[in-house]
Amino acid sequence: MSRFALRLSMVLMLSASAAHAQNLSPAAPLSPQLGKVASGELVAAWDMTILPSGDGLPQGSGTTETGARLYLEHCVACHGEGGVGGLNNVLVSDEPRPFGETGGKRTVGNYWPYATTLFDYIRRAMPYSHPQSLDDNEVYALTAYLLYRNGVVPAHFEANASALPKVVMPNQEYFIRAYPDWNP
Amino acid sequence: MRDNEAKALELPNTNGLLHRRVFLKGGAAIASIPFLAAGVSAEDRSAPDLVPEWTREPGAGMSPYGDRSHHEADVQRNVVSQPGTVGSGASRTPLQSLEGMITPNSLHFERHHNGVPEIDPKRHQLLIHGMVKRPLTFDLDNLGRYPMVSKMLFIECSGNSAALLAENPVQASVGELHGLVSCANWAGIPLSSLFEEAGVDPAAHWVIAEGADAALMSRSIPLEKIMDDGLLALYQNGERLRPENGYPMRLLLPGWEGNMSVKWLRRLKVVSEPAMTKDETSKYSDVRPDGKSLLFTFPMGVKSVITSPSAGMALRDKGIYQITGLAWSGSGRIQRVEVSADGGATWSEAALDSPVLPKAMTRFRMGWNWSGGPAVLQSRAIDETGAVQPSREAWLAERGRNAVYHYNAIQSWQILQNGDVRNVYV
Ligand code: HEC
Repeated sequence: MSRFALRLSMVLMLSASAAHAQNLSPAAPLSPQLGKVASGELVAAWDMTILPSGDGLPQGSGTTETGARLYLEHCVACHGEGGVGGLNNVLVSDEPRPFGETGGKRTVGNYWPYATTLFDYIRRAMPYSHPQSLDDNEVYALTAYLLYRNGVVPAHFEANASALPKVVMPNQEYFIRAYPDWNP
Repeated sequence: MRDNEAKALELPNTNGLLHRRVFLKGGAAIASIPFLAAGVSAEDRSAPDLVPEWTREPGAGMSPYGDRSHHEADVQRNVVSQPGTVGSGASRTPLQSLEGMITPNSLHFERHHNGVPEIDPKRHQLLIHGMVKRPLTFDLDNLGRYPMVSKMLFIECSGNSAALLAENPVQASVGELHGLVSCANWAGIPLSSLFEEAGVDPAAHWVIAEGADAALMSRSIPLEKIMDDGLLALYQNGERLRPENGYPMRLLLPGWEGNMSVKWLRRLKVVSEPAMTKDETSKYSDVRPDGKSLLFTFPMGVKSVITSPSAGMALRDKGIYQITGLAWSGSGRIQRVEVSADGGATWSEAALDSPVLPKAMTRFRMGWNWSGGPAVLQSRAIDETGAVQPSREAWLAERGRNAVYHYNAIQSWQILQNGDVRNVYV
């Protein structure tokens, strides 16, 4: 029996006895099983999850040069020229050194542990006023441009499904997974 | 109550704290404890006519959906958003104006990353997919037939109280400082039953949750938590969720940082590894003093705060007051709350309103005879695991100056000679 099946049967037993104690029918967790099998189409249309391994990254690609142009068109109004000095979040760190070493203002280049996160976030949430309006090539290009501006990749860089997971972000080794050991 | 009567109830050497029997035994003393209201003085309450007009004319009719008294219209959430946006930011619960343990739905705190979506409940679906036998969708109609549970649960943003990290104490109300926490009765479907139906691959360990807002808010949740007590919440204090709290459905992870309880939930993908989304790396990660950063600091710590008297209020006269506040812990029940009137030199146990429920707010109370002299009021909560709310000093020593989230240290309110209450560090 799997870990979860075991846990679930314990839950069932516990809630059954609790129900009994209150003189209720012990039927509580019986499921009517009304879920409809999802079409592959729906899953494909909705599944935007990208893992650091690159799992979920779409086809397509984009270069730093294209990204620079797109940035001026879609992002500069809120994030400032070259990613600094805008009304909203700073997107470029002063130096490409890990935050864990030098401190300073946390942003993409000196703090974010994975480059895949940048693609994922721009694709789902930016530009703020028109989220999900850019195509995957454009998102790759903007990702490449912001990585370049942060000193993480060279001036000519093409972001795509195989290149992005290989980018090692400067602060990555400073991250520790706290779950499940951390207590507040 | 006369002065000597009040004196007789005082605990020795506590700067005026009153014996707990004032509350526990429901003694005569409790009736004479004036409730403290910000900005309302005795003089403001002009003596009413002997026979007020509202007894001499018919009142208003029934209403299909009630509203609060218009006299209470200034009890409001405090709204702050990112520059240039109205939908990226937060609104805080006015804790100073509320009593009991329940946050009214209209005053439950908000934290959004691109506004409140206008969702058609007939078209909204929840998709469970990834490492499952059968990817499934559920709509509101068929979810209505699943067995539900209801629980009193607090939700606290892990960025709550971050203003207390400022170098100098910020003078603001308790709601503005600590109001990213609320407590409601949430009813919904244990997610374990939906996951059982989909058939989870035993090699899976994480679930990526995604909202249907314009930020497509996304967080990685341990599968274990989902199966343990993860709730698909549909109702909030008896009515359908408010739009700003995830209508028509939200994830609710009891005791864990609020951002993970993804609102407007539309998708749960079962996977083997976390996605490392923006809101679990760039944000909601905890920088340690040694420069390392912690990912996945999920449970909220044991915490309490005195809501009255609190900053911005004023004590008009020396004499008897009720000190009251809220305590909560992401690890279970509140075991005990202690109150100090002398900046932490002495502590006395407060009375707790019942029920005291796990991962819910607990209301505590303490009588106090203010001598008119200097006082610093504090509360300290202890939960059933034995965890003790730390002092600000201890918190900073452990977490460091770069930390932003999970601030749960003791709050100090100073009572000035003129009765004004201020936020102070001791
Ligand atoms: C209308 C203003 C606006 C525009 C235009 C805009 N952004 Fe943003 N951006 C924001 C806001 C506001 C946030 C914070 C959102 C939140 O609350 O989570 C943000 C956050 C971000 C972040 C996360 C920053 C961090 O450190 O966590 C990135 C990356 C980003 N934007 C990239 C872009 C890119 C790329 C574009 C252009 C395609 C863009 N943005 C266009 C307003 C804007």
